[in-house]
Amino acid sequence: MTMFLRSRISPVVSRACTLVWRRSYGAELAPLLKPPVEVKHTQLLIDGKLVDSASGKTFPTIDPRSEEIIAQVAEGDEEDVNRAVKAARNAFEKGPWPRMTAYERSKILFRYADLLEQHSDELVALDVLDNGKTIDQATFAEMPNVIRWFRYYAGWADKIHGMTLQADSPHHVHTLHEPIGVVGQIVPWNFPIIMFSWKVAPALACGNTVVLKSAELTPLSAILAGTLALEAGVPPGVLNIISGFGHTAGAAIASHMDIDKVAFTGSTEVGRSVMEAAARSNLKPVTLELGGKSPFIVCGDADIDKALELSHLALFFNQGQTCCAGSRTFVHESVYDEFVEKAKKKAENRVLGDPFQSGVEHGPQVDISQFNKVMKYIGYGKEQGATLLTGGERHGDKGFYIQPTVFADVGDSMAISRDEIFGPVQCISKFKTLEEVVERANNTQYGLAAGVFTQSLDTANFLSRALKVGTVWVNTYYAFDAAIPFGGYKMSGFGREKGEYVLKNYLQVKAVVTPLKNPAWL
Amino acid sequence: MKSSILNSLSMGSLWTLPLVSETFPTVDPRTEEVLADVAKADVEDINRAVKAARKAFDHGPWPRMTAYERSKILLKYADLLEKHNDELATLDSLDSGKLYSQSQGVEIPHFVTRLFRYYAGWADKIHGKTLPADGPHQVLTFHEPIGVVGQIIPWNFPMVMFAWKVAPALACGNTIVLKTAEQTPLSACLAAKLAVEAGLPPGVLNVVSGFGETAGAAISSHMDIDKVAFTGSTETGKLVMQAAARSNLKPVTLELGGKSPFIIMPDADIDQAVELSHFALFFNQGQCCCAGSRTFVHESIYDEYIEKAKARALKRVVGDPFKSGVEQGPQVDKAQFEKILSYIDVGRHEGANLVTGGARIGNKGYYIQPTIFSDVKDDMAISRDEIFGPVQAVTKFRTVQEAIERANNSPYGLAAGVFTKDIDTANTFSRALRVGSVWINCYDVFDAAIPFGGYKMSGQGREKGEYVLHNYTQVKAVVTPLKNPAWL
Repeated sequence: MTMFLRSRISPVVSRACTLVWRRSYGAELAPLLKPPVEVKHTQLLIDGKLVDSASGKTFPTIDPRSEEIIAQVAEGDEEDVNRAVKAARNAFEKGPWPRMTAYERSKILFRYADLLEQHSDELVALDVLDNGKTIDQATFAEMPNVIRWFRYYAGWADKIHGMTLQADSPHHVHTLHEPIGVVGQIVPWNFPIIMFSWKVAPALACGNTVVLKSAELTPLSAILAGTLALEAGVPPGVLNIISGFGHTAGAAIASHMDIDKVAFTGSTEVGRSVMEAAARSNLKPVTLELGGKSPFIVCGDADIDKALELSHLALFFNQGQTCCAGSRTFVHESVYDEFVEKAKKKAENRVLGDPFQSGVEHGPQVDISQFNKVMKYIGYGKEQGATLLTGGERHGDKGFYIQPTVFADVGDSMAISRDEIFGPVQCISKFKTLEEVVERANNTQYGLAAGVFTQSLDTANFLSRALKVGTVWVNTYYAFDAAIPFGGYKMSGFGREKGEYVLKNYLQVKAVVTPLKNPAWL
Repeated sequence: MKSSILNSLSMGSLWTLPLVSETFPTVDPRTEEVLADVAKADVEDINRAVKAARKAFDHGPWPRMTAYERSKILLKYADLLEKHNDELATLDSLDSGKLYSQSQGVEIPHFVTRLFRYYAGWADKIHGKTLPADGPHQVLTFHEPIGVVGQIIPWNFPMVMFAWKVAPALACGNTIVLKTAEQTPLSACLAAKLAVEAGLPPGVLNVVSGFGETAGAAISSHMDIDKVAFTGSTETGKLVMQAAARSNLKPVTLELGGKSPFIIMPDADIDQAVELSHFALFFNQGQCCCAGSRTFVHESIYDEYIEKAKARALKRVVGDPFKSGVEQGPQVDKAQFEKILSYIDVGRHEGANLVTGGARIGNKGYYIQPTIFSDVKDDMAISRDEIFGPVQAVTKFRTVQEAIERANNSPYGLAAGVFTKDIDTANTFSRALRVGSVWINCYDVFDAAIPFGGYKMSGQGREKGEYVLHNYTQVKAVVTPLKNPAWL
């Protein structure tokens, strides 16, 4: 990796100048808006009760706008996980949940969806407060989908079908798709209530009991959501919520001898340790949703303005903190200059500000460590010779705000092109032929998603088959409808969430075989 | 016939890649003598095999021909396997000590050839879906071949395990690097040769002989293998999954050990129950992951059962697996042989009642007497651990609830046998037992359509049936906006 300094277009904004906001970044950040929510629940939810952690310890959760503490939250550790698993095991083996009819379960899940809908504003506000995502995004793009997914899986609950099969001999054969048992779920901080719903809804619909650990950076919405489940009629012990850290509570879940399955969403690095821990303990099956470096390919015949709008969204959505962010933008040489110019302008027009302010498009990064990581990668981009078109600096001196940043002329071997940055840093490079872009797009350990912009049917078909990714969005991006399976190829993970596909993660297949006497048919 | 087969193996060039000249011996468990020296694959050979498989997948004709074309090749392969039925059976019996009649008459035709025909039929029926979206989008899924598949198979059913792995993986359009067990490398060598003859393009099916700690580990941790499927011990399964995690996070499916309960209710036909429970344990010299190795007999029929089981075991004919009328051959090798004898010792010391057997037979070949322990307690090692030998462990129970609880009280969950005529009892057991297969009034029914696999530490994922296809495909969603949709 050659490191050489190359000062380019944008001037260094010194700390002394931070009081002068560039007009295009919107309103001043201070004073902060008061969040329209009271933080009521900060404890663990185990066996139907809100409780302190066994150790009594708490940890702070931080407002990324101000870097100040929002609240102290109970810190779950191994002992709390043990208690939660005990409750979940008891609820599974003896409690009513697996023994009520699927219809009954579905009614409870529908009621849960209604309660989540009623408490939308609260859940949205907690996520905005904890994570820094914008209120418009959480309100319009996220929360309605959360409710949607609970209703979708409530609809699946009574449609878990096994099979009857033809044997090679006079036998009756059928399969039962049984609940797998006590499920451990570890969710990330980038979409707290969404990730909660992707995990909890199908697991419950399949009749399992759950021990869920939220991310330590964003614990608040899961606790509220957990209490609403109880209110909906989910029996005690069926859904247990642990706030805590990965290396303690998360590790305890991955290596627990009495958890039947673990589902994890997070970094590829931690995904590895989850799978290893599962293997070393009781060989529980795992599903993993990990990182990505998804290509966004703009062909010469693309609708340029649409492609531009969506490539901007694909990268900058959620402050770039999305596993399937379109983080490598490949633009055909014939439209490159026009695209790059427009991408720069679009980034400069992105409205940055207090995420609680409606109209704001861009909030702070979630915490200091993510902030530092992103800034470090921006540094690499500058050093390694990418063309910095706009941004590249911190915004303000309080709160983890980073200017929407665009690099052009990015080389495939640059760190900003290979590594997942997880921040508002768009990387644009040029391509010439389809074969070339397929090879370059596939030349990564990741394989989560891809965006393809073209009007040509043949090009769309060619690219959608050739790209080694779990989701190909053609002339669109971030379509997350309930029925669409989502997940990774290669080191972006394995297993699929959403749709009908997720159900198999939460079921066990049992074959039952009996000999037949005088069968009427075979 | 036997020696000519061996000659043709060692002389014929089965390998398309040059290998290091190291070999290892494979031993005849009847005589403890070396059958042949087999090329030993190590890390570099795995690398070469993966390279060939990768090239065949990314650039070769296999994934790019139609599914119909693939199915025709698989059908031709099945025909060739059928043609070479007796040869393959001979090699398996020589290598593993299994009965020739079992291998020739049951395993190769019903669980090998049959399986290739079954999956040839699936090849052109790999269906994705079109899905309703929540907005104006067209949504479809592809179930694509996953790529280069690593497969590691055990020694207890060499050709059957080969078929369970290779047939579905090929049917889904993948390429393969398969490692046989070091105890039983021979039959796969011939099978690999036949695959080429059937028209399978070069590099699609790569077969290596070698050891777990070297070649097997190289497969589990290879950065360019997209998925690994393993059948073997629970202990090794753990290592495979860890290696997969530490390397490139390849998905794994595992078929591991078991300690499967065989439960006999008082309404059972006693003679049938004796015969079937005997078969459930002693089949294949007890060397079955799903052996019915904990026999639970209702107290009301217990004494009669023990007497009859003893008589049956005493009648069991142990001898040369190639001889007609023999029911039990030798154990596969010295290590297994010694492990079983030591468990028999442990059983004695733990205070189980040795009803019959318990000793070696003769002084050459790994033959062990059909052995039965009764009054076995749940906390005894012979009740908890997988022995993998001809050692039946019988215990008494009183109620259905008790049987369920004790049957489920195991880290394993592979299979169970239930002997009852009563419909309600059958339904209660079949739902309550935490196992992947429940055989009611039968055992070891392995038809092609029936999924097989473990709960808990007996593994994850299912083989056979339609279910296995999921292990060998990757799901891709493709989403496009719709303008003026005629319907949504």
